[in-house]
Amino acid sequence: MSKNLRINKNKFIDQTARILFKFNGKKLYGHKGDTLASALLANNIHLVGRSFKYHRPRGIMTCGSEEPNAIVQIGNDPALTDPNVRATEIELYDGLEAFSQNCWPSVNFDIGGINNFLSPLLPAGFYYKTFMWPASFWEKYEFFIRHSAGLGKSPNKPDLDLYDHQYAHCDVLVIGGGISGILSAKLSAEKGLNTILVDDKNNLGGSTLYQDDNAFKINNENSNIWLNKQIEDLKKLPNLTIKKRTSVAAFHAYNYLLARENLTDHLSLHERKNKIRQRLWKIRAKKVVIATGAIERPLIFSNNDRPGIILSSSIKKYIDYYGVKTGENVSLFTNNDSAYEAAISLNKSGVKVKVIIDIRENPNSVLTEKIEKAGIKILKGYTVIDTNGYKRIKSFDVKKLSKDGGSVVGEKITYTCDCLGISGGWTPMVHLFTQSGGKLKFRNSDNVFIPDENKIPSEQISVGSSNGDFELDDVVNNTIKSIMVFLKLDKSNYEQLNIECSKEKQKRNIWLLPSDKPMSKTKPFLDFQNDSTAKDVKLALREGFKSIEHVKRYTTTGMGTDQGKLSNMHALGIIADTTGTNMGELGTTTFRPPYTPLTFGAIVGRNVGEFFDHTRRTAIHNWHVENKAEFENVGQWKRPWYFPKNGETMNQAVQRESKAARESAGILDASTLGKIDLQGEDASEFLNRVYTNAWSKLAIGKCRYGLMLNEDGMVYDDGVTTRLGENHYIMTTTTGGAANVLTKLEDYLQTEWPDLNVYLTSVTDQYSTMSICGPNSKKIIKKIIPNLDLSDDNFPHMSFKNSKIDNVNCRIMRISFTGEHSYEINVQSNFALNVWEKCMEAGKEFNITPYGTETMHLLRAEKGFIITGQDTDGTLTPSDLQMDWIIGKKKYDFIGKRSLYRSDTIREDRKQFIGLLTDDPKEVLEEGAQLVESLEKPIEMLGHVTSSYFSPNLNKSIALAVVKSGKKLKGKKLIVPMENKNINVTITDTVFYDKENKRLNA
Amino acid sequence: MFLINCPYCGERDQSEFSCGGEAHIERPKQPTELSDDQWAEYLFMRKNVKGIQFERWNHIHGCRKWFNVARDTSNDKIHAVYKMGERPPIK
Repeated sequence: MSKNLRINKNKFIDQTARILFKFNGKKLYGHKGDTLASALLANNIHLVGRSFKYHRPRGIMTCGSEEPNAIVQIGNDPALTDPNVRATEIELYDGLEAFSQNCWPSVNFDIGGINNFLSPLLPAGFYYKTFMWPASFWEKYEFFIRHSAGLGKSPNKPDLDLYDHQYAHCDVLVIGGGISGILSAKLSAEKGLNTILVDDKNNLGGSTLYQDDNAFKINNENSNIWLNKQIEDLKKLPNLTIKKRTSVAAFHAYNYLLARENLTDHLSLHERKNKIRQRLWKIRAKKVVIATGAIERPLIFSNNDRPGIILSSSIKKYIDYYGVKTGENVSLFTNNDSAYEAAISLNKSGVKVKVIIDIRENPNSVLTEKIEKAGIKILKGYTVIDTNGYKRIKSFDVKKLSKDGGSVVGEKITYTCDCLGISGGWTPMVHLFTQSGGKLKFRNSDNVFIPDENKIPSEQISVGSSNGDFELDDVVNNTIKSIMVFLKLDKSNYEQLNIECSKEKQKRNIWLLPSDKPMSKTKPFLDFQNDSTAKDVKLALREGFKSIEHVKRYTTTGMGTDQGKLSNMHALGIIADTTGTNMGELGTTTFRPPYTPLTFGAIVGRNVGEFFDHTRRTAIHNWHVENKAEFENVGQWKRPWYFPKNGETMNQAVQRESKAARESAGILDASTLGKIDLQGEDASEFLNRVYTNAWSKLAIGKCRYGLMLNEDGMVYDDGVTTRLGENHYIMTTTTGGAANVLTKLEDYLQTEWPDLNVYLTSVTDQYSTMSICGPNSKKIIKKIIPNLDLSDDNFPHMSFKNSKIDNVNCRIMRISFTGEHSYEINVQSNFALNVWEKCMEAGKEFNITPYGTETMHLLRAEKGFIITGQDTDGTLTPSDLQMDWIIGKKKYDFIGKRSLYRSDTIREDRKQFIGLLTDDPKEVLEEGAQLVESLEKPIEMLGHVTSSYFSPNLNKSIALAVVKSGKKLKGKKLIVPMENKNINVTITDTVFYDKENKRLNA
Repeated sequence: MFLINCPYCGERDQSEFSCGGEAHIERPKQPTELSDDQWAEYLFMRKNVKGIQFERWNHIHGCRKWFNVARDTSNDKIHAVYKMGERPPIK
């Protein structure tokens, strides 16, 4: 275990800087430049986690974002711990602590491993089939299923890290810093275009960066040396921005892309302090170059999931880039030339490859000949049929393939090993292309889906191996050719490149490799993370699933955190083979963003805590705070809810406040009500059309209550509008409806009635409103404005006066939402606090009592006034609300008028607005409670309670409700069934207090 | 997130706009003379095409003007933007 597999030759890893980290509590060392995966491999650790379903031991299989197995939990701080982190992506930092997931008590001895032996009992759809019945048992199953579901532990404390969002605009965005991305970015920036190059690694160069074999040359230099010079030149270009450690997550329409930049995840914990962890870039690019490369495919054979089985290109990267040997007794298994590149690297590093199993009969190319010359044994036309070893591969069995590849023949040969490299060819990374709306086409010669150049949805191009070019000369030449056309370049410095490389001569592909055992005795894994096998896919097909989208969900193939990057293609291939379909016709499952998982932190950015939403505060807010108000959120507004004194409960405070308002004087901050200023010669006509009642005859200086409907006839909003001048009105709306009413009115003015000369301005914030009500309100106003004639003749109910409080202009309306004699003072907001304090001072001798929304609601309920949005829900007409009096019958038209006599709106059994009294006057109903006539089943629900309070002024419980045919049912007894009792109620009038409206003029 | 070329302000991000549904549905001038069915046709019936759809958009976080957009619902391509009261410049 403690063996060191580091080779001392590497320029990418700083071997002078040793980094201490912990894996499952054990102290280990790595170097600067390592990933967690390369550092573990250097410590000869392959077993990293357990698989999801069968808890099979799993090891590091790749070196990038496609890793299905080596996913770990980082850290154990309950606020900062990160689950499902790919060990192949996280850079090693001082103090990193990682833990295996999905195992108990440890990755080496995992109780769940028993599932592996039960696997014949756990086929695809096992949970669907087993836990369906009896239905009542679900609650019992659920506990255990939920307990065993999911990988990793989510943090359970608020995230302490800081995240950011930023916009970027550019002429050209190049995604991917491999050789084709670098050439594209260079051509673009040299042309003078504002270019951004993003790459998810910390080093540009892709796989060519460490391709130092002399079989690959550009202009007589080894390809890595040539590329390095290009990168150095690239960095000097002024109009190029290079974003490393940045992964494009989503490619939306109109070239709008999201990319996550990792800023601190590679730093030691103390270096991260006060720094932004991740930044989500919102990029709008005129043109996009996709150069995301390709991912090597595994091969599908029995027990292909053991720790120590690694993709051949990853073996090469671990050796050539990280300087880490993945084993000392390595063999390779392949269907293409890539494994031979790994063999060359292994050979150079002193790891002699024991044998290369190649399913092809005649792979002869420059590379294969090189290997044969080195004396490495190649078994051509052979396949691996099984592997052995539990926590690490120990050996594998080989047989010769039959000519058609459908079975195996001859003698079994067994080879020992501690690492088996596999390569099943390459899959272009077309995720971003398809996310943007692009369509794929299938290339039969090497079984790849590549972008269809005739179905590109925006100004974008795919180049390099993400476009299906896999040989160095094709990658370079085609990239340059297509970028020149794409960016309209006349010439480039790259037109006369001399490229030498090995060319693959033979291709052979078998999606599911045959075995000498019956299918049922094999375990050929397709989706390593979700443990779905080729058997599961075949079972799904036998059970009648045909669509690939259905097979995917039934077998969960491709549904892990890696989204099946590695082996979705094999699943498709096996479906195509089994059903006799061409893969091109079968198509792929949909690739959805994000390409790799995003943290919630990156998604929400700074929109957390107080930045989550806007908070609106009235100009009098600080007074409310000082006077210990409890606040209620109404839309974005903070409104005083009630003002508790000496430890009162809400109920006690509201009883006191509402009694004071009726017996002497109360004051309410009503500034949040929407206020719209209407001006123009057609203002009266406009009001006629938007309100149900008539407005033309309203005299200047008078106020009127209006009800606004939707075109469907349902009540939308209400409020008092005052005529300030011949062509000048001020409209009030509900607090929550203000913005929508303005938008709706603008809509009608601009689109239906552009001939009307009316201008609308929101003045909600510019004016503050305080309402003083109660029998002593008149005396208080008299004290503040001594020279204003407050007689009913001069200043009657529903009228307004311009006046001054000291030198402050104010509009005073005599309107009432409580049924009491009351005044509403409107002043410019910057004077509001001062005026409020004046009112409080003047009202002191009358015990003026500030009250909040709860008391306001109670007082208006006593009078049966509706609150739109509480007593209405968009399904009530004015008639349903018993407000027929407000419909201007003589008016030819207004918004919603025609709907008031549709067959549905004239039904007599509609829910209608009524009052309720409980038989026991102390019993307060719950808002939302249902109303029924009898308790005999089946019980018909007749309606529900919309508002309910205990009225201190009436000394009994009152409620408002909607009930089917309620208008006709006055006096009828109904029942409110509650959880533990049934409450008897009687239908009444909606007005409970002062039915004659005497108090308005008291 | 597409870009909309507001006829009053120029090209802006979609997040500045809100969609007001199908365009060219004129409010009947004499609603009282319509049958229930005719009124319901105006009130409720809306097209939901795959392809070019004519829509009303409002530059709600900008100039607050309403205008019309011809948008292909299958790929969000905008083929025309034109002012209220104008006829669609394309079919």
